[in-house]
Amino acid sequence: MSDWKKETVQPAERRWEEFYRNRFQHDKRVRTTHGVNCTGSCSWEVFVKDGIVTWELQATDYPQLEAGLPPYEPRGCQRGISFSWYLYSPLRVKYPYVRGALLDLWRAERAKGADPVEAWARITADPERRRRYQEARGKGGYRRVRWDEALDIVAAATVHTVKEHGPDRIAAFSPIPAMSQISYAAGSRFASLVGGAVLSFYDWYCDLPPASPETWGEQTDVHESADWYNARFIAVMGSNINMTRTPDAHFLAEVRHAGARLTVFSPDFSQVAKYADWWIPVHAGQDTAFWMAVNHVILKEFYVEKQVPFFLDYLRRFTDTPFLVEIVEEDGRARPGRYLRAAELPDRAEEEHADWKLLMWDESRDAPAMPKGTLGYRWAQKDRGKWNLQLEDGATGEPIRPRLSFADAADEVVQVAFEDFQADRVALRGVPVRVVQTRRGAVKVTTVFDLLMARFGVGRGLPGEYPASYDDEGAYTPAWQEATTGIHRDTVIRFARAWADNGARTKGRNLVIIGAGVNHWYHNNLLYRSAVVALMLTGSVGTNGGGLAHYVGQEKVVNIASWAPIAFAGDWGMPPRHQNTPSFHYVHSDQWRYERGFGVYDKLAGKAAHAHTIDQQVDAVRRGWLPFFPQFDRSSLAVAKEAREAGAGDDGAVVAHVVDRLRRGDLKFAVQDPDAPENWPRLWFIWRGNAIGTSAKGHEYFLKHYLGTHTGARAEELARDHVEEVVFRDEAPRGKMDLVVNLNFRMDTTALYSDVLLPAATWYEKDDLNTTDMHSFIHPMQQVVPPAWESRSDWDIFKAVARRVSELAEKHLPEPVEDVVMLPLQHDTPDEIAQPRVGGRWWAGEVEAVPGRTMPKFRVVKRDYTRLYERMVSMGPGIEKNGVAAHGLRIPAADMVAELKERQPIAAGGETRVSLEEARQVAEAILHLDPASNGELAWRGYKAEEAKTGVPLVDIAEETRGARLRFSDIVARPRRVLSSPTWSGLVNRGRAYSPYTVNVERLVPWRTLTGRQHFYLDHDAYLEWGEHLPVFKPRPEMEMLDETRMSRAHAEGARLFNYITPHGKWSIHSTYGDNLRMMTLSRGGYPVWMNDRDAAEMGIRDNDWVEVFNDNGVFVQRCVTSARIPRGAVFVYHATERTVGIPKSPMTGKRAGMNNSITRARLKPVLMSGGYAQFTYFFNYWGPTGVNRDTFAYVRRIEKPEF
Amino acid sequence: MNVKAQVSMLFHLDKCIGCHTCSVACKNLWTDRKGAEYMWWNNVETRPGTGYPTRWEDQERLRGGWEPKDGSLRLKLHGRLGALLKLFYNPALPDIKDYYEPFTFRYSDLFDAPAADDQPTAIPVSAITGEPIDIESGPAWDDDFSGSGIYARNDPSLAGVPEETRRQLEELERIVFNYLPRICNHCLNPACVAACPSGAIYKREEDGVVLVNENRCRAWRMCVAACPYKKVYYNWNTGKSEKCILCFPRLETGQAPACAHSCVGRIRYMGVLLYDADRIPEAAAVPDADLVGHHREVILDPFDPAVIAEARASGIDEDWIRAAQRSPVYRFVKEWGLALPLHPEYRTMAMMYYIPPLSPVMSVVDADLFRLDLADGEGAFELFDRLDASRLPIRYLANLFSAGEEGPIRAILRKMLAVRLYRRARTVEGEAPADLERLLESVGLDAESAEAIYRLSTLPTLEERFVLPPYHREVAIESLADPLSHKGLTGLGFVEPPARGE
Repeated sequence: MSDWKKETVQPAERRWEEFYRNRFQHDKRVRTTHGVNCTGSCSWEVFVKDGIVTWELQATDYPQLEAGLPPYEPRGCQRGISFSWYLYSPLRVKYPYVRGALLDLWRAERAKGADPVEAWARITADPERRRRYQEARGKGGYRRVRWDEALDIVAAATVHTVKEHGPDRIAAFSPIPAMSQISYAAGSRFASLVGGAVLSFYDWYCDLPPASPETWGEQTDVHESADWYNARFIAVMGSNINMTRTPDAHFLAEVRHAGARLTVFSPDFSQVAKYADWWIPVHAGQDTAFWMAVNHVILKEFYVEKQVPFFLDYLRRFTDTPFLVEIVEEDGRARPGRYLRAAELPDRAEEEHADWKLLMWDESRDAPAMPKGTLGYRWAQKDRGKWNLQLEDGATGEPIRPRLSFADAADEVVQVAFEDFQADRVALRGVPVRVVQTRRGAVKVTTVFDLLMARFGVGRGLPGEYPASYDDEGAYTPAWQEATTGIHRDTVIRFARAWADNGARTKGRNLVIIGAGVNHWYHNNLLYRSAVVALMLTGSVGTNGGGLAHYVGQEKVVNIASWAPIAFAGDWGMPPRHQNTPSFHYVHSDQWRYERGFGVYDKLAGKAAHAHTIDQQVDAVRRGWLPFFPQFDRSSLAVAKEAREAGAGDDGAVVAHVVDRLRRGDLKFAVQDPDAPENWPRLWFIWRGNAIGTSAKGHEYFLKHYLGTHTGARAEELARDHVEEVVFRDEAPRGKMDLVVNLNFRMDTTALYSDVLLPAATWYEKDDLNTTDMHSFIHPMQQVVPPAWESRSDWDIFKAVARRVSELAEKHLPEPVEDVVMLPLQHDTPDEIAQPRVGGRWWAGEVEAVPGRTMPKFRVVKRDYTRLYERMVSMGPGIEKNGVAAHGLRIPAADMVAELKERQPIAAGGETRVSLEEARQVAEAILHLDPASNGELAWRGYKAEEAKTGVPLVDIAEETRGARLRFSDIVARPRRVLSSPTWSGLVNRGRAYSPYTVNVERLVPWRTLTGRQHFYLDHDAYLEWGEHLPVFKPRPEMEMLDETRMSRAHAEGARLFNYITPHGKWSIHSTYGDNLRMMTLSRGGYPVWMNDRDAAEMGIRDNDWVEVFNDNGVFVQRCVTSARIPRGAVFVYHATERTVGIPKSPMTGKRAGMNNSITRARLKPVLMSGGYAQFTYFFNYWGPTGVNRDTFAYVRRIEKPEF
Repeated sequence: MNVKAQVSMLFHLDKCIGCHTCSVACKNLWTDRKGAEYMWWNNVETRPGTGYPTRWEDQERLRGGWEPKDGSLRLKLHGRLGALLKLFYNPALPDIKDYYEPFTFRYSDLFDAPAADDQPTAIPVSAITGEPIDIESGPAWDDDFSGSGIYARNDPSLAGVPEETRRQLEELERIVFNYLPRICNHCLNPACVAACPSGAIYKREEDGVVLVNENRCRAWRMCVAACPYKKVYYNWNTGKSEKCILCFPRLETGQAPACAHSCVGRIRYMGVLLYDADRIPEAAAVPDADLVGHHREVILDPFDPAVIAEARASGIDEDWIRAAQRSPVYRFVKEWGLALPLHPEYRTMAMMYYIPPLSPVMSVVDADLFRLDLADGEGAFELFDRLDASRLPIRYLANLFSAGEEGPIRAILRKMLAVRLYRRARTVEGEAPADLERLLESVGLDAESAEAIYRLSTLPTLEERFVLPPYHREVAIESLADPLSHKGLTGLGFVEPPARGE
């Protein structure tokens, strides 16, 4: 201020203000981000003073998107901003630790002169010694060791396991690569080079929405958050945006002021409900019923009573509604069957892949037509360039005018059976059909649209059990849903009209924001599909501001095409052992033993092959639908060796040998007898995740069967009399794992229960890459300060392990060995057309055992363990040779690899290769080799896609063809990724990313059977399960789940509650929740939220202690009572740790567990269906998911417990 | 006219998501040290709720702020007993239970626990004594309606809300909550300054920031009691009081305070307000019903040539006047009348402003079925014509922001809804029809102002949200030292931390 101005306080008096100025002064600020599974991917500035990280604030340097969209800044939440606490906190893992009980055994053997591998062999071969250190797991006694000693143990266990049991007994788990891609790749590359099984995460976390691959053939593809701002009607369900998408919530608040309506569905008055226009508290997990009724209203009012040309046109062009479906007779009833295929028509049967070319009814010619874009065209050898969504006949090129309905042009009306799983009956409704002459004779066909009308009970004057009005409680009317949802019919009707009206006026700017609150239920696929129907019926997919925005898990590795070969050693030509984790844990942690099978709680239309999930699982492996490791009942190295000894001359002969032995039954899959010691997983690497805590659904079973330590599980084993295909051993093994190795920067539940704990660098201490689907930028992680104390980055730790393994291999595995690797049928490969029908059982001699057709594929891989390290740090020749690939698209990149060799060469095996020695070099390689960050590769990708589709695409990439993002660019400020043929959105010139816009605007097909979005699913298993059409299935009821049988006896003073574990406010999963900031702002613990009246009835006051328990385990915490929580449910915001403030359970006298002590894995078998179109397996893409919302638990008040 | 400048903050509560990022930003920067553990210069409250410290609005007990007396004002604190007496005993001070006993956990046990027959855990301990503790309160204890039957129900600002409405707040029909982030209000008529026996608290001339001089503070703690917002805290370690400093080291370098910078809801705005200091005594003393209007009158139009002339005469720089003209706070508060101070009846002339929030439409529950309370034929944003069907009771908002007067609240909410209707019409239903203009007119807006409100509410960049004045630190430093010498000496560490007080 001007000096002559009179100050009320003399300037000299104000010298003291320096006190705060000095505090604010800092020495350095560095831009970086957090590697946590929140989907946030926020740009942060970290402030360093005196060489110490002192605080962080959000960087605000995001490039702006197109005019009219709010900017992204600032992004970063209460959790992220508390991260710096961890670096110097007493929770920080500063040194390597080994459990004392194990360390003593190890040192004793080593002192006796055993070399490391021999020492490990002796300890683990002795059941008594093995038990001694296993029982000590989680019970204190950690001892600090030198890095060398820790690495010796880990490397020795690795070498021994490979040698003795086979490499696929090594399991490697780390979740969510997008949050720190190079740190993830560190362990997955190591494991893939070793031959270990890399465990999936997206499905296990139940982040994968199976409805997405079902409908779109896509794992997940969603809007960046800025695109919410383009919506004009938003329905939020099961997604607490304010809590879980904190950095982006502002777009939701803001778009309301731009004129959008917001409806929030949530059983509790949730944080996001506060600014809804309409809050609709649908009963927990019952949203399906609401949406089914919404669809009923839309079909009746916007398709029958009036027509919206935009909607009709959209359905014809972009959905399977005009496709023909055969009506079949089964047990005297007409049922919807499979799509009619070209192979059935006499004049089309000779078409290439005629089984995979589906038919529409052409209005002009009044005859079936064979549109382009179906799966047969995708994998065409001869008939290339016709995989597109032009409405033209693929054979004749004639335009098609698809008929949506036969209602006014039917040959006859057939009474077709539709399951009503709620009423447990079948309704017969008239469906108009045409008769088509096929090679089998005359068959009746209808359209998917006509089936939808009948499914939703919209009669159009047709005979049958159609509800007369909205007040009729016939299926899927507004009146029908009342009993299930608790919502009045008037509200459903109001919502449906407003929804459809908005869709019609805005051409599909209807958005569903959906998340874990919905996705974690057993029938989540049906729940999602019910809402997806309402989107497709209003033309709301593939447009900016419209569609399904599913935000659960940071699944989007934007640069997947270049990252994947590095992460899974594809550059060295090694097919990775990708394991779907839900199956892995369900089987290996023996949770299957505790249930009677899905027959108890899942309702079917037909009859499944088996009634127990484990048997379905075994079949799925044998059919090549799902992977499973360990794969055989003996080492995969031994199997290869045996084949060679038996005279196999080449790889093909080795495979033939293996298939022959499998067929004869003298070689078995491990999954058939998972409790046999030769089939156990033995060594478990866990990094960047909390595999034993947060993500361990059935945590107490992990403790029991994997670790062999104490457990809170008291469940009864029930499977014995219900299983057929699996060996049920009388004694369930305790302690399958020889060694659990954890890389961690904090002492979390997994760290506490591991054998070897290695100090990992925090996110502020390493270089890495980070991407998300919430925005379209690539962020770097930068080393702000060097790794503190003795910590190291994940990349450096796995390098060190690899080096030590190579050294030990010189003696123990000196020669290259062959490994037979088993692979399931793969999505985005011609495997999609391997199994037109669910065929016979090769293992029963019903069909031939043909790898890649009727059974899994096998590959023979050569491994040289002495060269493990060398391969770890250098890029193999695979990318030069094959290019980079994603979603079935291959992009040549040899010249780009050559450029990298110039920049970062390394000598390896006598050749010059691209160095991957330093994390930053890995980052450069990923950026330079991916179409999302290298414009030339994007251009080439679109060019390649043009050849497949026959539609022009390269223009998308013209304007960014010269772009090359380097690490220094993204360090300088966030940089936006390019439009890439590996994704379905278009981001040119600041346009917000919205999925499937390339499909709708450029006529590129979806990667599905019809090439369109699917209302109808004709996989044989879906027909059996009655999930071929959108359908409502009731929630599994409490008594069906067998989780309270044993605890009932201890339940005095307790009451049963539905146990719900939503994402919380004070943590990202378990991270941050244990730090002092978050503990202080929450209630100093992990409270159990309960309705205040429920609490009062049980004599529970706010902040009282409660014990939550069922057969799976027990959890003790304080209670929060609130009118916000619905009656009959308790919420425990996941994910808790048992490391902080957890008292002993009065019931067990032992330390109470964590939120997953109450849960258990329960797989939905229909999601194991594979081998067919979009139902083929891909890592984290397809398979059953780790649902956990249906659980019930007892809750009672307890006096102050002991610590 | 005595024109002064105030750097002010505005909170768009409709956008607040209650994430507390602001609180942590502040804590990391300023109060992450012994004696300050329990201080939250910035805190976020769920309302209805009792806030932090608990029931801070209960001035009958805590006696903060001013009360009118014979046409003038006196400190409520000094009202009954003499100030002198209170120097030694002050029943109006909140105690540790009203805040919370800061706690931590014995995390090191997880590493150090010897082998045993059960799993170790880090037990909670007091951050003050290190002894095991039962955690029974915290700085956001009733966050998100926690313990609603104890806290939400006992929100002092529910006074005057009809019993039936209060009951509904715990029912599906009407349950609702919102968030209230709070920092020091850097008042024009600060009770803390008036109450300090040591003269240690002052309002900075250049920007209105109210500070406790850490060298002069003598631990009387009268400021703690006198502040009706309970935003001055006593540091038990240093023996001094401390409070929000509006991040003046950041303001002085052109950066928004950490709480505002870190606000991911983008709810916060910063800007300069020019005010007439001469009118403060009168404006603070009017009857409750007139407080909002008079408060707004104190804020001056920075485009008014007379104001500009007086501002220049008071020594306010040209670039501060320009900043005042570009101030988003000014636009919301004065030009559009969308924002109000918190509890104007405390009469401290709080200089932080709030745009009250919208809330969902109420519902009807009959026969266990939930039905939205919608009239036949109602279109989008039905609350425009039926504000009383809002879940948040108007009277409650009025108690918070307009001394119980519902009129200002109704006017604001209707303006916000009118802007939403206008934007919907523009983007969904084509061009704005004539009756839409009538609608805007009915709330005192036109298409231009509606568009401007829309843009500033949703689209602003960092630079548009935070219009900060240049501080000319070289001039301030010049009064103490040669800036060139200071350039070479700053940071060399000759400033000692303040000595411990009483």
